[in-house]
Amino acid sequence: MSRNEVGRALRPDGATLHVTGRSRFVGDLPLPARALVAWPVQSPHARAKVGAIDASAARALPGVAMVLTGADVPGQNDTGPVRHDEPLFPVEVRHHGQAVAWVLADDAPTARRAASLVGVAWEPCAPMLDLDAAIAAGSFHTEPQWISRGDVEGVLAGAAPDRELVVVEGAFRTGAQDHFALETHASLAVPESDGRLVIHSSTQHPAETQSVVARVLGIDLNQVVVQCSRMGGGFGGKESQANAWAAVAALGAALTGRATFVRLDRDRHMGMTGKRHPFLARYRAAIGRDGKVRALDLELYSDGGWSLDLSDAVMGRAMLHADNAYRIPSMRVRGQVVRTDRTSQTAFRGFGGPQGMAVAEEVIDRLARAAGLDPHEVRSRNLYAAAGEAGTTHYGQEVGDDRLRTIWESLERSSSFATRRAEARAWNATAEASRRRRRRGIAMTPVKFGISFTTTFLNQAGALVNVLVDGSVQVHHGGTEMGQGLQAKLSQVAADCLGVPVRSIRMMPTRTDVVPNASATAASSGTDLNGGAIRDACATLRDRLAPVAASLLSGTGTVVDPAEVTFAAGEAFAASRPGATVAFAEVARAAHRERIGLSATGFYRTPGIWFDRGAGRGRPFAYFACGAAVTEVEVDGFTGEMTVLRVDILHDAGASINPLVDVGQVEGGFVQGMGWVSSEEVVWGSDGRILTHAPSTYKIPAATDVPAAWHVALLPRAAQAGVIAGSKAVGEPPLMLALSVREAIREAVAAFAPAGTSPSRVDLRLPATGEAILDAIDATRAAGEGG
Amino acid sequence: MPRMIVNARINGEEHELFTDPHRTLLEALRDTIGLTGTKEGCGTGDCGACTVLLDGSPVNACLVLAPEVEGKEVITIEGIATDNTLHPVQEAFVNEGGLQCGICTPGMVLSAVALLDRNPTPTETEIRYAIAGNLCRCTGYDKIVRAIEVAAEASR
Ligand code: FES
Ligand code: FES
Repeated sequence: MSRNEVGRALRPDGATLHVTGRSRFVGDLPLPARALVAWPVQSPHARAKVGAIDASAARALPGVAMVLTGADVPGQNDTGPVRHDEPLFPVEVRHHGQAVAWVLADDAPTARRAASLVGVAWEPCAPMLDLDAAIAAGSFHTEPQWISRGDVEGVLAGAAPDRELVVVEGAFRTGAQDHFALETHASLAVPESDGRLVIHSSTQHPAETQSVVARVLGIDLNQVVVQCSRMGGGFGGKESQANAWAAVAALGAALTGRATFVRLDRDRHMGMTGKRHPFLARYRAAIGRDGKVRALDLELYSDGGWSLDLSDAVMGRAMLHADNAYRIPSMRVRGQVVRTDRTSQTAFRGFGGPQGMAVAEEVIDRLARAAGLDPHEVRSRNLYAAAGEAGTTHYGQEVGDDRLRTIWESLERSSSFATRRAEARAWNATAEASRRRRRRGIAMTPVKFGISFTTTFLNQAGALVNVLVDGSVQVHHGGTEMGQGLQAKLSQVAADCLGVPVRSIRMMPTRTDVVPNASATAASSGTDLNGGAIRDACATLRDRLAPVAASLLSGTGTVVDPAEVTFAAGEAFAASRPGATVAFAEVARAAHRERIGLSATGFYRTPGIWFDRGAGRGRPFAYFACGAAVTEVEVDGFTGEMTVLRVDILHDAGASINPLVDVGQVEGGFVQGMGWVSSEEVVWGSDGRILTHAPSTYKIPAATDVPAAWHVALLPRAAQAGVIAGSKAVGEPPLMLALSVREAIREAVAAFAPAGTSPSRVDLRLPATGEAILDAIDATRAAGEGG
Repeated sequence: MPRMIVNARINGEEHELFTDPHRTLLEALRDTIGLTGTKEGCGTGDCGACTVLLDGSPVNACLVLAPEVEGKEVITIEGIATDNTLHPVQEAFVNEGGLQCGICTPGMVLSAVALLDRNPTPTETEIRYAIAGNLCRCTGYDKIVRAIEVAAEASR
């Protein structure tokens, strides 16, 4: 494969359409004639039996075509992606705002008004809204999963706190996070005259949307086509949770014969769809006086909400990342998904990884401070080695290289970490005397994130590449574009695999009838998997075209061997005929005349990965994506306000296919993670209603919240063997770089301790909102005074 | 409710909007005249995805009632490029990678255009404040800020 296009900072696919307002998202599609718009009838209770539904007043409203209820479902009344535990029309509602019926009307205002006229005989009962209460009551979605290595009990029981080992124990919680994709869920179902349904859906997983629709309608998969041209952000929120809305649209279209459009407005989107799972971690851990972590015993509970959704896999990934980048010789992790009467929490960039890694950083900080050690030093001392004992994770996979250490040391230097930390400390030391309310903190944290779906069979992808007789190319694959730059990167891959310029490549909308049975675009795997499939298809085409090119290149006296034909930059040439070239278009035309197929499918499956869930052992990941970040913050001791002053990042994207896209992923992921650990707080009321229902009450970072001083670099000379073009997945890993924001805040909070003292623990909630920061400062001051 | 006619100049063309008096400018633009470049991110004035220029000033079209634009000039994202030439702000967003999914982009571009019309030499802080009401969930904003700086350079 040549490297003419790969490695270039190619602009995102469709950029010109976006800046001119011509790009169409599902909600922008022109509605077909007589299209209906759907609006939900929602529960005002977090838990209630659904009695009689009286839709007569709604049906009587002019413009109302139909009120959909459970009685209208021809197939299965269920949209659950893994377990079938998600009734589309429930007989018992399990979260506030859950839909029990849908009104179909000529326009949205009519549908909405009609929905308010639907009478439901609710029989409310007491909801389960508290994670701890649910655990105590034994309300679980799953049996516990375990991963265990070494004699955790032995180490912890033998520990004598005042001698060699320091032991800590505690509980730690991480908060929910709303995806807040600017595009809310939308689906448009269009009935075709032959009975097929074509559904335009903002879904990260068209094949699953297709199968859920078929399940609800009780028809074969071949009757349903799902198309996703682009999404206005996904972040995991559209991985499984786009399905129900598509099913409603499909049901409306199937029953009325009219196109049906569903779009959740912001309130409904935030009130009806799942978030990043809140986690509770209970831990016991031990560290030696030498700064080496000896043991960690961890219980993880996630709040899965009302249905299982993808929670089991999310918990699995959290457990696989509870070491972050640290070697912990004796480690036991138990994980279980709790059932509560809230929205069904779901995939969100990192997929449990952030929660697991936040716990690891929490434990490291607790251990370090309890032992009177420098947390930065403890982080550094416990980083994984490349191989052997010291480079093997708690589930038995070797890390494989020493990039963690390389990144760590090189970022320490490039960010002037030691100097700046000394400066921050000096600044803090004079704060009291200079009557400054603010303190500074700087911290560095590593990221090691496993790449591959942990459910091994999902690591497969298909592609279809069509060469047209003019030499232009259409590329189809199963991945979806949600802003992550997949189409740009894959167009570069296709261009170099075929040896044509990228302008000859047209990336096609994702459709289930072109590339079937595709996995979700998730787990950061879009480029690795679909790129592999495209490369396979292109190789087939090149093998077919090489003999054609060879005969075109052969001249009098020279016969060109197909094996020596090279395709590059839109031309074919051969070493034995220096100077002679033939245009790719000409080769395509000649091949067509010779009746050679110009269309090929490709397939890819990630080799060498496996995981034994029962044993908690395996090699679940193709490789690890690594990085580290240094963040410096300032915290106001009077208001709790936090300002990020500067961020330095060194991230491993392998041999980047597109540095513009990859750096964009790093920056965007970091800021999203920063929101999770600082300003984004999802709050449910005591009745189970979501109080943070819109941007008015839910605070994602704005342009004025992000650091002005950004130093983002990709690790140089980082080609990754065995991955498409030597690149590495980059979608999720950078989110967890933002754990450095939290640790920097903790450093700043610690600086509020009375002069000359250093606190033996600094508790800080996640998210560290202004309120949480003030509480942490108060506790730190009080502990200092008390001690 | 009786419908009414609202006369406004939209992207340089006179329009007669036949609308319910309680409809928003956002709905009128998207549903009545099919200008779907103006996006709805929240519908409550908190995200900036629906930003348009009303007599040259950026407003949230979801907070403006359609009848309020009577006799006024509205510029949407579709009206920024001239004769197939991108506006310098549009050009810079494309070249600097100031977008990912692109759904916040129309609003961002219009806020930036309004800023540069008022203040052709903004500081970085002024740029950040000018787009503080435009949420972006994808980019982390840095490349957007750079794009606006580049556009300011180019327009000089
Ligand atoms: S849609 Fe108008 S500000 Fe969000
Ligand atoms: S580019 Fe996706 S919201 Fe800004």
